[in-house]
Amino acid sequence: MSGTYLGMPAFPEAAHEAVGNQTLRGNLRHATHTIRAKRAKAVAEVSDWALLREAGKRIKDHTLRHLDRYLVQLEESVTAAGGTVHWAADADEANRIVARLVKETGESEVVKVKSMATQEIGLNEALEAEGIRAYETDLAELIVQLGKDRPSHILVPAIHRNRGEIRDIFRKEMGEWGRPAPEGLSDTPAELAEAARLHLREKFLRAKVGISGANFMVAETGTLVVVESEGNGRMCLTLPETLISVVGIEKIVPTWRDLEVFLQTLPRSSTAERMNPYTSMWTGTTDSEAADGPRVFHLVLLDNGRTDTLADEVGRQALRCIRCSACLNVCPVYERAGGHAYGSVYPGPIGAILSPQLRGTASEIDASLPYASSLCGACYEVCPVAIDIPEVLVHLRERVVEGGPAVRQGNKVVLKPAKGHAAERAAMRAARWAFTHPGALRGGQRLASRTRRLHPRTLPGPGRAWSGSRDLPTLPAEPFRDWWQRTNGGKGGAK
Amino acid sequence: MRVALFLTCVNDTLYPDTGRAVVKLLTRLGVEVDFPMAQTCCGQAHYNTGYRHEAEPLARHFSDVFGEYEAIVTPSGSCGAMVRELYPRMGERARAEGRGDTLAATLAPVVPKTYELTEFLVDVLGVTDVGAYYPHQVTYHPTCHGLRGLGLGDRPRRLLQAVKGLELVELPGAEECCGFGGTFALKNSDVSAAMGVDKVRNAESTGAEVLCAADNSCLMHIGGTMTRLEVGMKPVHIAEILASTEEEPAV
Repeated sequence: MSGTYLGMPAFPEAAHEAVGNQTLRGNLRHATHTIRAKRAKAVAEVSDWALLREAGKRIKDHTLRHLDRYLVQLEESVTAAGGTVHWAADADEANRIVARLVKETGESEVVKVKSMATQEIGLNEALEAEGIRAYETDLAELIVQLGKDRPSHILVPAIHRNRGEIRDIFRKEMGEWGRPAPEGLSDTPAELAEAARLHLREKFLRAKVGISGANFMVAETGTLVVVESEGNGRMCLTLPETLISVVGIEKIVPTWRDLEVFLQTLPRSSTAERMNPYTSMWTGTTDSEAADGPRVFHLVLLDNGRTDTLADEVGRQALRCIRCSACLNVCPVYERAGGHAYGSVYPGPIGAILSPQLRGTASEIDASLPYASSLCGACYEVCPVAIDIPEVLVHLRERVVEGGPAVRQGNKVVLKPAKGHAAERAAMRAARWAFTHPGALRGGQRLASRTRRLHPRTLPGPGRAWSGSRDLPTLPAEPFRDWWQRTNGGKGGAK
Repeated sequence: MRVALFLTCVNDTLYPDTGRAVVKLLTRLGVEVDFPMAQTCCGQAHYNTGYRHEAEPLARHFSDVFGEYEAIVTPSGSCGAMVRELYPRMGERARAEGRGDTLAATLAPVVPKTYELTEFLVDVLGVTDVGAYYPHQVTYHPTCHGLRGLGLGDRPRRLLQAVKGLELVELPGAEECCGFGGTFALKNSDVSAAMGVDKVRNAESTGAEVLCAADNSCLMHIGGTMTRLEVGMKPVHIAEILASTEEEPAV
């Protein structure tokens, strides 16, 4: 997907259309409010939620601090269990490795488990260019793929679609990709799910190669874990002879025991379930003919900006993320702008801090993402690994306007301030000067108050950003400080 | 007890009535209030827009102006949160940049003694019934930095519930942001305005006459949206409700 987002406009322009699209607003409002309420209930049931959250944060921080050691341990464990480990510095390298591995099997199609990492690197498009067809098997990813669409949510990629739209996509597109939709398909959830099930089943039974990501990788045993709801993941992980997993290097946990924490916090935070329906765990390869599971297993460890992110002491907390999407579901900006406006497979608050770190802040969209938030803090409150998203947003705003030291492709660089902030910077400096000179501030206040009858009701130029939708406050006859001095703090008599 | 009123630059310039209400209320409760004339701005807009280094002189100025008082009281959740949450962080960042402990040490004294108004009333003065009278239907919007930053909890509601004549009506979606967000209101005006409209429609649905909050920046955005939509509700700062008495009712 990475290529799809090149040249995206800045967030405010991208959001403009979504804000005015009443169908989209309705779909998003309904979906996010429903899951928001369910999550709150599922979390409230757990008496030690705050402790689980703290434990999750600490496990992740510890792992990130010693990532070099745990990665080597993981490679040893996976290799000992019969798997092969590949290292990919960026998206291109990961895509080349996967394409080569698929070609070596002689196959030209693969079935895919829903995976954020493979979307991040644009794997489907890269495979397509090599003549390999990748079939998404998660229901929502299938809807997105058939609709030639882009995902707009981490957990519910087709959240922007309603049932009628999904029926139309199935009727029109399924035949192009395999088994067509049943005659007279309606928009009831059961019929839509059955149509997807029939369409996908033939692909599961035929596929020789499966591609997945992973929610967790256990360093001590080399075990990978996929958490899912539909069972499509279980199919892809057990039926094909060859399994290729592409996983971000931050997905490691040191021990089996650490899973205890995340297997409680992840389902409750994401789907609001006490436990998700399918948790698949596999360690290396399966040797017995009779047993389920892949005979050949490749693990592609993906960096793609993660080491650079790890170098930033404020921003690195974004790497704790377990992709639950609770922050998307509570975010008032996401609810109104929709996922596509974020120009990344990672939308919402977590996307606004991940994308500008993984990709850098050079592009227009990436430089605008740190501002796509009112800093209301609802995201931080629900985050099961306590990522202080507002803190990182403000930190990245600073990187955009001030530039400064950062790490890119493993090299220390000094970033220049982004373009387009000159007027704002001048205004901030002028305000700083006035605010460190109380006399100047007072002069400005008095001038504003005394000319108040001359003030327009709406503002020209950049001021329209306020007065286009909101009335301006009317200025008082005098600022407070003048009243205070004139009345001696309300006690009467000049001070 | 002698406290400093940290009014905030927005209230000083645009909402002096709120300042007068705080003075009246605290004086009624036996608190000696001073307004240090050298006060300006806490630096929140600079900090949150990414100009942390421009915010530092403002924070140092704040500390110079308010450092000697026993307590610093502000009728703004977000400016209160700036001092309490973000001043320590500014100190940490300066240290991480190799500039030593000077900034942290300069700002440290003001951090623990800065209180948002409702917090000061309930926690420091230990009152919930402040002897106010306000015969109106009121709905309350908890602003984000007060709610999630300072953790004001039910303090404002307890104060409002004790006001004679006041009928408190539940606001649907109360804990959702109104969409102000400082420079967010300008940088992402479409989304900000859409959030504001939803907040106003929710407020309107309560049938209350007044929407109350403890932060005038949010009320400026909500109130500006209300008049633009010609919704006949009044945005009122909580200080003005708590200052109102039967002898001297707020208008």
